[in-house]
Amino acid sequence: MGKPVLDISDLTVSYHTERGHLRALRNINMQIEPGRIIGIVGESGCGKSTLISAIIRLLAPNALVEEGSVLFKERDLLGLEPEAMRGLRGDEISMVFQDPMTSLNPVRTIGQQMTDIQYRDDRPKAEKLARAARMLDRVGIAGPTEQLGRYPHHLSGGMRQRVAIAMALMTEPALLIADEPTTALDATLEVQIIHRLQKLQRDFGCAILFVSHHLGVIAELCDDVVVMYAGEIVESGATRDVFLEPKHPYTRKLLECDPARIEKASRNLPVIAGTLPDLADLPDGCIFRPRCDVSIDNCAHERPTLDGGDHCSACHVAVP
Amino acid sequence: MLSFITRRSLLSLLILFLAVSLLFAMIHMMPGDPASVLLGPRASPELKAELSQRMGLDQPILVQLGRFYADLARGDLGVDVFSDRQVADIVFEQLPYTLALVLVSIGGAMLLGIPLGCFSAIKRNSLLDRVTAVMSVAFIAIPSFVVALYLLLWLAVNWRWFPAIGAGADGDFVDQARHLVLPAIALGLGWVGYIARLVRASMLEVMEENHIRTARAFGLSERTIIVHYALRIAILPTVTILGLGIGSMLSGALFAEIVFSRPGIGKLLHEAVMTRNYPVVMGSVLVTTAFFVLSTLVSDIVNAALDPRLRESERSS
Amino acid sequence: MAGLVIVVLVLLASIFAAQLAPHDPLEVDVYNRLQGPSWQHWLGTDQLGRDVFSRVLLGGRIALKVALVAISVSMAIGLLLGMMAGFGPAWLDRILVVCFDTVRSFPTIMFALAIVALTGPSLNTVIGVIIITSIPVYARIVRTQTQALRDQDFILAERAMGASTARILGNHILPNIAAPLLILASMDVPTVVAMEAGLSFLGLGVSPPTPSWGSILNDGYSYIRNSPWPIIAGGIPLILVTLGFTFFGESMRDILDPKLRRKGGSS
Repeated sequence: MGKPVLDISDLTVSYHTERGHLRALRNINMQIEPGRIIGIVGESGCGKSTLISAIIRLLAPNALVEEGSVLFKERDLLGLEPEAMRGLRGDEISMVFQDPMTSLNPVRTIGQQMTDIQYRDDRPKAEKLARAARMLDRVGIAGPTEQLGRYPHHLSGGMRQRVAIAMALMTEPALLIADEPTTALDATLEVQIIHRLQKLQRDFGCAILFVSHHLGVIAELCDDVVVMYAGEIVESGATRDVFLEPKHPYTRKLLECDPARIEKASRNLPVIAGTLPDLADLPDGCIFRPRCDVSIDNCAHERPTLDGGDHCSACHVAVP
Repeated sequence: MLSFITRRSLLSLLILFLAVSLLFAMIHMMPGDPASVLLGPRASPELKAELSQRMGLDQPILVQLGRFYADLARGDLGVDVFSDRQVADIVFEQLPYTLALVLVSIGGAMLLGIPLGCFSAIKRNSLLDRVTAVMSVAFIAIPSFVVALYLLLWLAVNWRWFPAIGAGADGDFVDQARHLVLPAIALGLGWVGYIARLVRASMLEVMEENHIRTARAFGLSERTIIVHYALRIAILPTVTILGLGIGSMLSGALFAEIVFSRPGIGKLLHEAVMTRNYPVVMGSVLVTTAFFVLSTLVSDIVNAALDPRLRESERSS
Repeated sequence: MAGLVIVVLVLLASIFAAQLAPHDPLEVDVYNRLQGPSWQHWLGTDQLGRDVFSRVLLGGRIALKVALVAISVSMAIGLLLGMMAGFGPAWLDRILVVCFDTVRSFPTIMFALAIVALTGPSLNTVIGVIIITSIPVYARIVRTQTQALRDQDFILAERAMGASTARILGNHILPNIAAPLLILASMDVPTVVAMEAGLSFLGLGVSPPTPSWGSILNDGYSYIRNSPWPIIAGGIPLILVTLGFTFFGESMRDILDPKLRRKGGSS
């Protein structure tokens, strides 16, 4: 149980837009231990992308980090010089993005892209290419040396995502951030990629921050899970604990709505009634209250915070 | 791809054929017979008859057209009315000067316009960007011969920085280069602006794309990203419009050649028009038109060659 | 905004050129030739002692006339041909497109020179050449827009109800094309004016002593070593007009475009 690889405290990020001041992330607290896989679950607009962008410091120009710290191996990333941060990216912290169709450069070959990201090494090009080919092999791409000479649009979506994973793990980062890497792939492909990722994680021993809204994948892959709603963490803990005994009403509803859980065939998919709150105009008290069916009086006035412990949630009604 | 090239080439050939026939038809549609057109209304009937016979103008039109194409196939563009030289020789003698001017203008425009557009995109709304935007529109709008005249006036006649006349001594590269400067600037200034705008727009689009975000996430330096990733893609539209731009360049080159008294097809054509040297007129227009059609053909092919690659990436998944 | 101001000024100056001109533009005064600017001659005199400022004003008249006639005629014909190509049968479309491409395969000035070589120089020839080379440009835009609209649901609905082609073209296609066409026309003014000036500069347009901005420049060019003023004077109105109309056209496009997208953007 050593020091966490990533330690986020009180992270608050907002965007300055025409519509107003959007408070996209509020008081985010989470830790990732070395070698652990932590999942982030939440619907679109919950702040997952903002969180990731904040960690690797590639936020949009109109974003503002109002407070908080992001400690990576005990260094605060938010306070780093841009050049130092750039040094970490692709070396100790790597990313895999959601859309394999557009994430790779269309006019450079796979080989060229995989050698480009090795720019920190002084080795000869042939060695870099060999390393790339080995990596492609490890992600399960057949005929890796030939693939190096091909362009991204020659490859299928699944293959491109494997390439993305190969690129991310090639430098053996301490932390891999995966932003919905399998969302754009079909189910069978998704399973293959996830299994491959599991194996690679065991081999490399890196920590993974895995964002998804696919509960089944989170359950399969992640040791711990964090549930986000409208910019806040509403529940976190070991995956088994959170999914089997959800404490927060939102988590409970999320699990109920998971299509995999439907026992009786029906035309109506279960949904959570109501809509996301307006980030520019947040209500007092608990942000989930308008959609919650077990709220009490206090929920409208006092904002709940994460109670302590390994499995915690931010709810006045939850059983601690 | 091959079928595309074939189809497009045939179409170009067809258009060229029609264009040339159109030229040919124009002479015969003019009121009065071609001999009168050429020699003027005061020419005596004997003179007209002699010219008609010499140029075969008394034959039926289709026969003339047939002869015309037969000659064309042999590379015979007719004979200069005044000097009796082969028009083809005269035209191809002058062509290199015009081509040199056009190429230098385009080259210079790209050398200036691409970095300008790139910086405008990176430093959006900065002073440089705004000034470039205004100047671009300005120089695209102002006719190039006005620019040429002003340049001639200030830099050549008034301040004597550059020569005002001619193309420079043969074989003297530096001298010829000096003579190219002002005409190339006059021709290329509008294009610098146009290219800058185009590159700026493309860059802004490309920089928003996902693969640029990936490159940043892997820690590639901004310079690498801009020059090797973004710019490489952003330049593509520029390449394709250049083929089409050659046409307007040829027209502009004509003015530049006249203002700066440079040898070239433009000057040749102008003189031929003034002296009613009809075979030379036809020959010059023919060659420049063929050149223009060829450059648009090449531009279309290059466009199609670069595009399917990007189009394919959407279809395969 | 600046564009609009310039456009209005130029139009006024041209329309009232005769009233505004301090001297008779054709009046010769050889003793005062090639003078610089003075109180009597704001832009100096040319090689025959004529007042350049008055000639410039009158040149504006000519530029305006050429632009008006050439643009309206080519727009009208281009509109007709474009609609025929876009709305009519495929064979007609193909023939028309080939015709357009053929005309446009000539570098414009070269084409103009060829025609002038045959017909002799005159302002009407210049207008004619500009019209011929402009028609394909308008026709193409109209054709593209017509094709885009042709397959939309509301057109099919009209046809199902038996509306005649003329009615569809007039009531439905035309209003949707009007805006881009007008923008194109205003962006075309600088091109047309420049072409007339260019051809007159080459001695192929107006015949002396009629002043056109191009012929003023031509005179100035011949006497460039004696006096710079005719060139400066002839160039200024050209620069003003081309810049003014271009800025005006660009702001028109900015104003009309978002509206266009909202109006016709349903597919």
